[in-house]
Amino acid sequence: MEVFANLWMGFGVAFTLQNLFYAFVGCILGTLIGVLPGIGPVATIAMLLPITFNLNPLSALIMLAGIYYGAQYGGSTTAILVNIPGESSSVVTCLDGYQMARQGRAGPALAIAALGSFFAGCVATLIIAVAAPPLAEVALKFGPSEYFSLMVFGLIAATVLAHGSLIKAIAMVVWGLLFGIIGTDVNSGVLRFTFDIPELSDGIGFVIVAMGMFGATEIIMNLEQGEHREIFATKVKNLWLTMEDFKAAWPAVLRGTALGSCLGILPGGGALLASFGAYTVEKKVSKNPERFGKGAIQGVAGPESANNAGAQTSFIPMLTLGIPGNAVMALMIGALMIQGIAPGPQVMNEKPQLFWGLIASMWIGNLMLVVLNLPLIGMWVKLLTVPYRYLFPSILVFMAIGVYSLSNNPFDVLIMAVFGILGYVCAKLECEPAPMILGFILGPLMEENLRRAMLLSRGDPTVFFTKPISAAFMIASLILLVVVALPAIRKKREEAFAEETK
Amino acid sequence: MKIKSPKDFWSGLMFVASGLFFAIWAITHYQMGTAVRMGPAYFPTMLGGLMVVLGLMILASGLAMQGPKVPPFRFRPLLMISLGLVLYGYLMKPLGLVGATAALVYVGALGGHEFRWKEVTILYVILILFSWLVFVKGLSLPFPLWPAAYS
Repeated sequence: MEVFANLWMGFGVAFTLQNLFYAFVGCILGTLIGVLPGIGPVATIAMLLPITFNLNPLSALIMLAGIYYGAQYGGSTTAILVNIPGESSSVVTCLDGYQMARQGRAGPALAIAALGSFFAGCVATLIIAVAAPPLAEVALKFGPSEYFSLMVFGLIAATVLAHGSLIKAIAMVVWGLLFGIIGTDVNSGVLRFTFDIPELSDGIGFVIVAMGMFGATEIIMNLEQGEHREIFATKVKNLWLTMEDFKAAWPAVLRGTALGSCLGILPGGGALLASFGAYTVEKKVSKNPERFGKGAIQGVAGPESANNAGAQTSFIPMLTLGIPGNAVMALMIGALMIQGIAPGPQVMNEKPQLFWGLIASMWIGNLMLVVLNLPLIGMWVKLLTVPYRYLFPSILVFMAIGVYSLSNNPFDVLIMAVFGILGYVCAKLECEPAPMILGFILGPLMEENLRRAMLLSRGDPTVFFTKPISAAFMIASLILLVVVALPAIRKKREEAFAEETK
Repeated sequence: MKIKSPKDFWSGLMFVASGLFFAIWAITHYQMGTAVRMGPAYFPTMLGGLMVVLGLMILASGLAMQGPKVPPFRFRPLLMISLGLVLYGYLMKPLGLVGATAALVYVGALGGHEFRWKEVTILYVILILFSWLVFVKGLSLPFPLWPAAYS
């Protein structure tokens, strides 16, 4: 079995002292920011990106990946104990997890969240190992027209799955694409939209944009709202599941893992969508759905497994196609590019150690997280008592250092502030920043592939519909758009996302 | 004409204005080229046009359908956080890490709900020590610690 041989090699590279250390650092940091509301994985990874320049590529990716799935674990802890979702993907965990805590069953809730996540993580790791190589094989045959259509599909799927208005999300994508092409045009050498500012000739670093729109905006929005938190269960006793709990929960874990793995692969998917999907499914298949929202263990087990599975399988399009499915993956691609590695299907063949090492480290990281989370829960909860007025200046300092250190240029920090303000305006107008970030990172790639495809087809735009793979992506995008625009489905979609805003 | 859904109306306007800007700037400053050999203006003009169309659709729905109001802007956090960040960037070279961090922490903290001199100062000292240990000593980033005049 080649897969196992490869995984074995991956474990070999991941089990060095240095890589274990960075996996550990990533998991700790991830749990930390998962527990703390008001700072998410996107802002954290963006902050740490400049620092990863000093690490070797594998260690850098291992640490950043650890932050992403660590945040899923940490987020569920606060959701269960304090009814505050530390991460957006833990919003549904609040519904039943907090109820369980109020009934004195915080222990089992935390245990099933951690064990479910661990199980999902193991399965998702295997799925990546099995599914990624053939996908990369196919992707190697892609020409410019296929790539362009794939990106169109990815961006459309991302907007469909984003919440809020569909047209606004598409407009944000287009805006992102436009911001992305600021700088020197690779084909003609012309400086576009640089307004004679020398710093803009290399384009705007997307770390700066991400940090502005996710980090700075988040802080400003948090400061607008008051500071009120109460901690319900400070003491967690009895982390063991009863036989009854176990029987009730394991089918939910299986379903959550399956659903999460599928949704994670879709562009725009990932942890958030997976957890919402899983909760809905659990409620549907349950014999007594009225128990949901009143402390049903399935309502914790399903979504928690799903969000971890989704977080991991969302690496698949990034690793095999070089296309980010969500903002975190966009940052991972940025991390690769900082290291001078062009993301895409060739990474697996050219750098097998990087690829398989990262996959193996996910499994190791998941194990670390179970060990970290269950016994240390008291410590994580204590962290919640740190008031936000200490936290936000600290976050600001880290953001500023991170951006400034990119090129020791104050202009970068200024641009971050500008995007922070833009993000604030967008938040007030209910325009989601995530689609914009995706557009931003894909902008230059899309233009490049469009140009090449049109050059090869001698200016015939039908090429996107006559090549079979490309046509399939285009038709899938159209179907997605039509389906979502249909009134009946639109209503369903709004309902699904309405649960989140409650 | 009455604005029925201000959130849609204003965001539509924002998209239209920004799309127009990109498209017009591209057309007037860069070469269009042809579909076979696209010039630097081609892609941005297409995108700008698409954005105007999308913006108009959002704007129209803002006039046609009832929707929520835009929540009020609170300028204090917005201004203080942005100002703090910008100050940090531009004070780093003349005033060093010590001065830049001071500007960011104190100005940023003014954007919070309450401002206590003692707390902010303690926080400032901790953050300076941390930045110095981790970033200057640990990761050897080339930040000046003290103002340029002293070193």
